[in-house]
Amino acid sequence: MEYTFHWRPVFNRLPDLLEAGLITLEVSALSMVIGIALGLGLALIRMSGNPAIAWFTIGWIEIARNTPALLQLFFFSFGLGAYGIHLTPYMVVLCGMAFNNAGYLAESFRGGFAAIPDTQMKAARSLGMTATQAYLRIIIPQVLRIVYYPMTNQMVWAVLISSLGMLVGFHELAGETQRQAFRSFRLFEFFLVTAVIYYVIVKIIILSSRLIAWRLFRY
Amino acid sequence: MIEITDLHKSYGRLEVLKGIDLTVHKGEVISIIGASGSGKSTLLYCVNGLESIQGGKIEVDGIDVHAKGTDLNKLRQRLGMVFQQWNAFPHLTALENVALAPRIVKGLSKGDARAVAERRLVHVGLGDKLDVYPGKLSGGQQQRLAIARALAMEPDYMLFDEATSALDPELVGEVLDTMRLLAEEGMTMMVVTHEMGFARDVSDKVAYFDEGRVEEIGPPEQIFGAPHSEKTRRFLAKVR
Repeated sequence: MEYTFHWRPVFNRLPDLLEAGLITLEVSALSMVIGIALGLGLALIRMSGNPAIAWFTIGWIEIARNTPALLQLFFFSFGLGAYGIHLTPYMVVLCGMAFNNAGYLAESFRGGFAAIPDTQMKAARSLGMTATQAYLRIIIPQVLRIVYYPMTNQMVWAVLISSLGMLVGFHELAGETQRQAFRSFRLFEFFLVTAVIYYVIVKIIILSSRLIAWRLFRY
Repeated sequence: MIEITDLHKSYGRLEVLKGIDLTVHKGEVISIIGASGSGKSTLLYCVNGLESIQGGKIEVDGIDVHAKGTDLNKLRQRLGMVFQQWNAFPHLTALENVALAPRIVKGLSKGDARAVAERRLVHVGLGDKLDVYPGKLSGGQQQRLAIARALAMEPDYMLFDEATSALDPELVGEVLDTMRLLAEEGMTMMVVTHEMGFARDVSDKVAYFDEGRVEEIGPPEQIFGAPHSEKTRRFLAKVR
């Protein structure tokens, strides 16, 4: 078996790949921002114990965590498409990933809230804070620290599963690589370089997350 | 004045307070002693509305704590509370712990809140710990921080729920000294405690709680010297 590497076609297209890498980063970051907001909401609703909406949050969390992310993306493309709702590939990936992130993060948040002793709430209320003030100033900042590393993991996970975008016609890093690779027939070289780009993106995320944590959590 | 009339409190079918009558006058220090589970702590939680009640009435300066229209957030500003478990806010420095409520509840400016907080921390002997996070403080220091935090709201009353029970023995003294200082300054205090020495020396009145009732109440000389009730006598014989 012999294989001759040809790198030139890859390097010629490197600017396209890097640009697609930025799209990957953008859609992942946005899906995290939306996912955090939704996940926090899901966790709060689930903890509120209102049975009328609890089933909805439990359903969301169960589906997001226990079915393939790819099928969740398909739901937002072919699934909604069957009902005449046609999202752009970008929106399909963003919605699918936000849905997925929210499900995982909701469980992290729930664990985070459970880890805060209820005496913290009592102490805050005894000082005359409203429930909202107590949540915003006392409870949630502590929860964010507890879920900070799970959140970093989720962000890494988001970058990696965004590669499924290529299966719904989205030209993020993996999708763009596939397009370029098939044009030049240098599949192995292209995907090898792309793997390195993913690796670098993930490392950058982890390092900046550590840096932010060091700045943020002084206690 | 805190006026408690025929107070009943239950958790489900378990009745914890079975008709409490108690009056705390301005400037008075009243200690509440009794076995664990006798309802002492629950009473304090009821006084500042952290717990609901099933019967009777609690009035703080004429305001009915558990009435529908009562603004509890406003009322609680007058009732400082220190809990058994140290519950400093771990994500805030000592100064921020104390300055937060004056700023967001009372609406003080950042600078004013800082000044108040600093004064209170100096007051309880933590003037050199302003920028320290609670995790770096001892239990006794955290408890004094909690006292400073409650004082910063300039309450008319202080409620202490076994403030020294969770502390290592060698740290109890510094917290009791701080409480003693407040009493000397004329603060009105309700103190649930197992520290009989403190109850005897500092209180104007001591109430002995037994199974959800006030078994006996009187000046410390009576309770510790010549209790009228046989139950009080037996309890004190056990703890001494």
